[in-house]
Amino acid sequence: MYFAKEMLEQSSTLRKKWEDEVKRGLEKRAELKERFSTVSDLEINRLYGPEDIKDMDFEKDISYPGQFPYLRGNQVTGHRGRLWTFRMFSGFGTAKDTNERWHQLLKAGQTGLSTAFDFPTLMGYDTDDPKARGECGKCGVAIDTLEDFMQLVEGIPMDQITTSMTINPPATALWAMYCAAAEIKGIPLSKIGGTIQNDMLKEFIAQKTLMCPPKPSVKLISDTVEFGTKHVPRWNTISISGYHIREAGSTAVQELAFTLRDGMEYVEDVLERKGLDIDEFAPRLSFFFNAHIDFFEEIAKMRAARRIWAKAMRDRYKAKDERSWWMRFHTQTAGCSLTAQQPYNNVVRTATEALSAVLGGTQSLHTNSLDEVWCLPSDFAVDIALKTQQVIAEETGVTNTIDPLAGSYYVEALTNQMEEEAWDYIHRIDDMGGMVAAIEKGFPQMEIADAAYKFQHQIDSAEKIMIGVNKYVTDEVQEIPLLEIEDRVETEQIERLNALRRKRDSKAVKRCLDDLKNACKKEENVMPFCIEAVKNLVSMQEICDVYREVYGEFQDPAMY
Amino acid sequence: MAERKLRIMVAKPGLDGHDRGARILARCFRDAGYEVIYTGCHQTPEQVAAAAIQEDVDCVGLSCLSGAHRFLFPAVVELLKEQGADDITVIGGGIIPAADIQFLYDAGLKGVFTPGITLEDIIKWINENISLKG
Repeated sequence: MYFAKEMLEQSSTLRKKWEDEVKRGLEKRAELKERFSTVSDLEINRLYGPEDIKDMDFEKDISYPGQFPYLRGNQVTGHRGRLWTFRMFSGFGTAKDTNERWHQLLKAGQTGLSTAFDFPTLMGYDTDDPKARGECGKCGVAIDTLEDFMQLVEGIPMDQITTSMTINPPATALWAMYCAAAEIKGIPLSKIGGTIQNDMLKEFIAQKTLMCPPKPSVKLISDTVEFGTKHVPRWNTISISGYHIREAGSTAVQELAFTLRDGMEYVEDVLERKGLDIDEFAPRLSFFFNAHIDFFEEIAKMRAARRIWAKAMRDRYKAKDERSWWMRFHTQTAGCSLTAQQPYNNVVRTATEALSAVLGGTQSLHTNSLDEVWCLPSDFAVDIALKTQQVIAEETGVTNTIDPLAGSYYVEALTNQMEEEAWDYIHRIDDMGGMVAAIEKGFPQMEIADAAYKFQHQIDSAEKIMIGVNKYVTDEVQEIPLLEIEDRVETEQIERLNALRRKRDSKAVKRCLDDLKNACKKEENVMPFCIEAVKNLVSMQEICDVYREVYGEFQDPAMY
Repeated sequence: MAERKLRIMVAKPGLDGHDRGARILARCFRDAGYEVIYTGCHQTPEQVAAAAIQEDVDCVGLSCLSGAHRFLFPAVVELLKEQGADDITVIGGGIIPAADIQFLYDAGLKGVFTPGITLEDIIKWINENISLKG
């Protein structure tokens, strides 16, 4: 029991008195709402007290930072010892444009890089593919070949700066380019650090960057985990992501449950397929969460995530190394909480969301820019977003002590409740035969669709409020400068690609592609073949086309 | 004879996977009593036009949040026109900057919907502005 019996008795008496007074008060004046709930529609009590967390076990459930179950953080000194990485997601136009933005961000005090690719790159198409028309450089940087990639990392100290790449189906090809670029610069693979998102399960569930069916997609991911474990030990070969699940309209509990169950699916595949020991690769698994607008729900979610993962890794997968028990995660503030209307209000939303991520113990953070509803961020907007993190880190004092909200009746009760509800989902998915099977049934997709639909109705009926959307609406339009990607970007990129196709050694290209195809057919690890291919200027789509040919293409099943 | 229901296709042209809005709309149209066809993500304009003709819809609702609407939306209108299907009304929505709205109307879209509109208002607009094909 978490509290002494006498204290609980005392609390019970005093609570009774308070409840009587509340009852009298309500007769005079009703509360502002009949029902109070989080943005995920989790009902919240009027008050939390000792009785709400009385069943907790201090050692098993709370403990200390750096101690199981890591509720209070992985590191013994929390953010006092090391701040989170300020990692702004950026990329637009050509590799050269993005390289300039990166240098500007590093100069402004950013401590890690994070790459946004354009839609053709994300989907495994070169800029000159008919499907890529009109999309080049719009949502991120266009990368077709190693030549583009070398321009992207021009002047970046790859042995000092870690780089995250948000890339999924073509992750093997893009990571191969990073590895090849490092080798060309004379930096050994053992010295480079970073992350590839490389989480396909959440693509089927939420983000829909699709290429091959679920099973071969998971195989390619296990290839990267194996290659990283053996050759690129400082690389996080997967960033198991809840961010997109949440953006697609899930609740916080669904984000928590589906993300962690995805993680378990990857762990199980690597154990079975590659025969690695859990402690060889688990320490490099990383996570990525959304920080939505409901402050305490987000903090509880992140604290619960650490505790669930620690338990799963120790008890379910028998990991022995404590680093395997740690859940390390990046956080991005919620794009879907931002509004196109009155865009300056987004600065405030992002600041509170960032604060929740910090109090939730994140290791890395991207803060959205105020204009991100409309377009890729302008220099002006991205600067405010980065400085939002700097203000939180260096002015507010919230990092003075570790996990300051621990012991809060509300936060601990909410953390427990979210953990419990997440385990319910995890067990349901276990019963379906795992996440791939659940996805094939459409289970997580439809759970999210239901939540998104409900939320939209709550917005339309103003049961949930978004300022400037359904309350305090003004006709006045706040003009903000929008970053425009000119059409010349596409023309120039296609010209570059054509020139490269003419000058490269076409025999070597063919040989590399044949070798890769054979590796796919023989279930060998594709990574060495990808690295060889990109060095010979094989394009990203050419690699992906091999996967499409061998593994088949997956179409969005269009469920709603 | 009972009047037939409005047939509407919700389509996601281009490589954009932001389908939260499209899927909510598909469900909302179904609840409003329309016959709904949802294409899913990653359709080329050619695929969208072909599907609209094959499904004999009254209206195509295009959704795009990637910034490629200036290319994709007019392409669908043109392809329908080329194939003699300009009696299919094309509407669209997503993250459309104010400066592009007139451009899309000029390109032949009959309605352009931007953030902040309610599901109810969209249904009302459709009921008032889209008639069943002859």
